[in-house]
Amino acid sequence: MQIKKHIYFKLFISTFYLSSFTFGGGFVIIPLMKKKFVDELKWIDEEEMLNLTAIAQSSPGAVAVNASMLLGYRVAGLPGALVTVLGTVLPPLIILSVVSLFYEAFQENMIINAVLKGMRAGVAAVIADVVISLGGKIVKEKEILSVLVMVFAFVAVFFLGVNVMYIILVCGLIGGLRMWISEKRKKAVM
Amino acid sequence: MPLLELFWSFFQVGLFSFGGGMAALPLIKNQVVDLHHWLTLTEFADLITIAEMTPGPIAINSATFVGTRIAGLEGALVATLGCILPSCIIVSFFAWLYFKYKDLKIIKGVLSGLRPAVVALIASAGLTILILAIWGEKGFSLDITSVNFVSVILFASAVYILRRWRPNPIAVMFGSGVIGGAIYLLM
Repeated sequence: MQIKKHIYFKLFISTFYLSSFTFGGGFVIIPLMKKKFVDELKWIDEEEMLNLTAIAQSSPGAVAVNASMLLGYRVAGLPGALVTVLGTVLPPLIILSVVSLFYEAFQENMIINAVLKGMRAGVAAVIADVVISLGGKIVKEKEILSVLVMVFAFVAVFFLGVNVMYIILVCGLIGGLRMWISEKRKKAVM
Repeated sequence: MPLLELFWSFFQVGLFSFGGGMAALPLIKNQVVDLHHWLTLTEFADLITIAEMTPGPIAINSATFVGTRIAGLEGALVATLGCILPSCIIVSFFAWLYFKYKDLKIIKGVLSGLRPAVVALIASAGLTILILAIWGEKGFSLDITSVNFVSVILFASAVYILRRWRPNPIAVMFGSGVIGGAIYLLM
């Protein structure tokens, strides 16, 4: 019981902390979560983190909330999911309640604006760091199809603005087909 | 019944916004500006600015902002709850499916196709933010005078520091904010 309480507490504190610093949209939380739960706490591995991200992205709603929920579920079941959702939702809820009361003063504050502008470069760097790690691993696997999927998905979403839902569907289908064909071949050889 | 309306409006936003972030914006505008007149268009534009300046998902930020203005703290809680409830239900179901069937060959195959796609999505989000940091709102251009060199240097040194010493990324984000902020204020 003591250990369980400890895990819930750690889950809450971690997601609360990460969510407080997720500037610039849902995907920013993924690198932060990877650092915390994969590299630091080692509660899940990198592959599973990407699987959970894919599911979070395929479900409706905010990616940050979905990914936290899946992580909580994976670590401590349904109560874990409730704890992580609470941890993720509370920071924006508190901050926005306060800001909406003083929003004119907040918007015109030069210092806040300058710091936020400076922070963008840092946010982009944090994402670049994780993309180099994860993308490098996929290239090193020397699986041509995976590299192609990565390149085409990038072109589709970044340059062509294709709806993410279709990209997820098509890439999932490609992965499923690849597995099905390789299984069929194995059987044919036997 | 403003509370019930708030709940139902943001429930729909939560249910139909796939792809997160900016994809939710048109849905929020439709509910908040066009259907319910809770905000004017100018207030909605302010809301987007605030949502971008503060941490957290844009849908939850909007729910809190609109909820607070319509019905105070209760409104904020009800709208936020409405917004996350659809994801809670659907993601719980997907989580259950995933942990039950993740060892099936075919599911493993599907996930192996999704992993590179997810890396591409993260890369795309990162590049969008990088372009905003370097060229500002107008976007990419070849004109050298439109480049924000402070951002370029901050970005390059932050990537180097992250790769070389693997520090806490939040510290890097804040360091970049403080140093960049100081430079912008001095200029």
